[in-house]
Amino acid sequence: MSITEYFNLLFTDYTLRTISLGTAVLGAICGMLGSFAVLRKQSLLGDAISHAALPGIAIAFLITGAKDTNILLLGALVSGLIGAFWIRGMISKTHLKSDTALGLVLSLFFGFGMLLLTYIQKQPNANQAGLDKYLFGQAATLVESDVLLMVLVTAIALVVVLLFWKEFKLLLFDSDYANTLGFNTKFIDILITFFIVLAIVIGLQTVGVVLMSAMLLAPAAAARQWTSSLAVMVFLAALIGAFSGVFGTAISASQDNLSTGPVIVLVASFFVVVSFVFSPTRGLLFKQIRLIKNRRDLQLKKTLQFMYGIAQTHENIDHPHTIRILNNFQGFTKKSLRKMEENQWILLNKQQWSLTLKGFTEAQNLFNQQTQHE
Amino acid sequence: MTQKIAIQVDDLTVAYNYKPVLWDIDLVIPEGVLMAIVGPNGAGKSTLIKAILGIIEPIAGSVTIYGKPYKKQRKLVAYVPQKGSVDWDFPTTALDVVMMGTYGSLGWIKRPGQKQKKAALEALEKVGMLSFKSRQISQLSGGQQQRIFLARALVQNASIYFMDEPFQGVDASTEIAIINILKELRKAGKTVVVVHHDLQTVPEYFDWVTFLNVKKIATGAVKDIFNDDNLTKTYGINYKVAVNK
Repeated sequence: MSITEYFNLLFTDYTLRTISLGTAVLGAICGMLGSFAVLRKQSLLGDAISHAALPGIAIAFLITGAKDTNILLLGALVSGLIGAFWIRGMISKTHLKSDTALGLVLSLFFGFGMLLLTYIQKQPNANQAGLDKYLFGQAATLVESDVLLMVLVTAIALVVVLLFWKEFKLLLFDSDYANTLGFNTKFIDILITFFIVLAIVIGLQTVGVVLMSAMLLAPAAAARQWTSSLAVMVFLAALIGAFSGVFGTAISASQDNLSTGPVIVLVASFFVVVSFVFSPTRGLLFKQIRLIKNRRDLQLKKTLQFMYGIAQTHENIDHPHTIRILNNFQGFTKKSLRKMEENQWILLNKQQWSLTLKGFTEAQNLFNQQTQHE
Repeated sequence: MTQKIAIQVDDLTVAYNYKPVLWDIDLVIPEGVLMAIVGPNGAGKSTLIKAILGIIEPIAGSVTIYGKPYKKQRKLVAYVPQKGSVDWDFPTTALDVVMMGTYGSLGWIKRPGQKQKKAALEALEKVGMLSFKSRQISQLSGGQQQRIFLARALVQNASIYFMDEPFQGVDASTEIAIINILKELRKAGKTVVVVHHDLQTVPEYFDWVTFLNVKKIATGAVKDIFNDDNLTKTYGINYKVAVNK
């Protein structure tokens, strides 16, 4: 199946439409809430939480013996929340740095989860197969009720974000100050963390424990490159997330044996790379171009200043000098001389140059200009 | 003097882990003074402000603002944190940061409107930053960032201002601009408490001073207590040599 075929099928094929809608909604909520995680410098929180959710899935299965998605995800939610608040507690009550606390919780919960999964798989029960799909996710198992749940959670998250926008922004930027204004920062913090956990949990079935954090981080990191407004960043991250979901699903559906979760993550990462290189203000490419251009510009002006110094020793400024005179000054090339002629700063005549009036005044004002730009 | 008491601190003690950072601080700050808190590094100057504002939970002690507990008087108090305490790469503009000063009076959920925007623009004008209102905060210089923080506190239209090292890392012109605003606040009857490092400028800028080194060494009018004796007690070295008068 080619990509175009996929987009045709999108409108006719029920299963594909369900899955695409699911991954799109998932991308959107992850992008939106991931922006908050990234700006709080809690990028790895998502990783720890998603891994912490694994034992919850296993325990929920052991207790109920059924593979009902909602119950398994409820288990994931509980153990994800326990993990998240454990991390919070560890950071505030002990002297551990946050990365240590995150790493500890991640490996502890994941290890325990893996232990339970292997135990379950050894059980003489045919029902246990397929729990390991929560490790790497399996978008193909999404059914309408799953997607409905995703839409519902996303809608609630959207309402909460819109409602508490001002409080979220304040907490993210300056939580001590938020405190002095009378806001209960603990409540706001718990609210944000709760919804991040929720977003992770509903993504587990599609993307899986291992790659889930990329869904939170990649769209947000990409969006940050293009904007300097929090609102635009959150919106853009949601958009990039949704697009990655749909496009990742399309690629994986059009090829055999490409599992959807990793492809979605790769598409999102592609956005990150493109954004880091091509963003007009923060991108590496334009930064480098601007840097080179500025250096050339400065070099040209230094040469002009040197010429100005020579020209000043003569009564008339347009007195011609040989180019050779510039030899002990390394800041010129044939190209830069031509460029200066283009700027009408100098006139070139075979092996000689002379300053024009324009070049003379330009050189006079050079220092003032340079400092004014600052 | 029959001045009202703006801030009263009783038996305030703060500790991180086992080590006390502030020990049994009693402090009475009269209304309308411009007060410096001075002391060596680690003396607990910032901690004192944070404990008064409830950002740090004290082990013991109480704080009253105009005779009532601080928590009931929040609206009377504005805070200017250390410039370095936030991430200036946060995606927002100067105006937006100043608008945050209005959030407290708005309360939960309610959005700022035209009235709040007008107040924020006025505050930006007061600190000479109006032309930078749409500027990305990461593009501001250190001095400009400090002015933005000051403007954010001015928007709160409080009676008492707490400032944590507002002169740190700013150039001379910003320092003069800030001190002029602080003096204006005092003229308007406001009380201003500033964590301050530069001992040389204390007599010039402030009329009230508190010497702090875990314990309170002295507090009172600059003309009465800003002397070598107290400086020596606070800093532990002979300040006759260090401060040339």
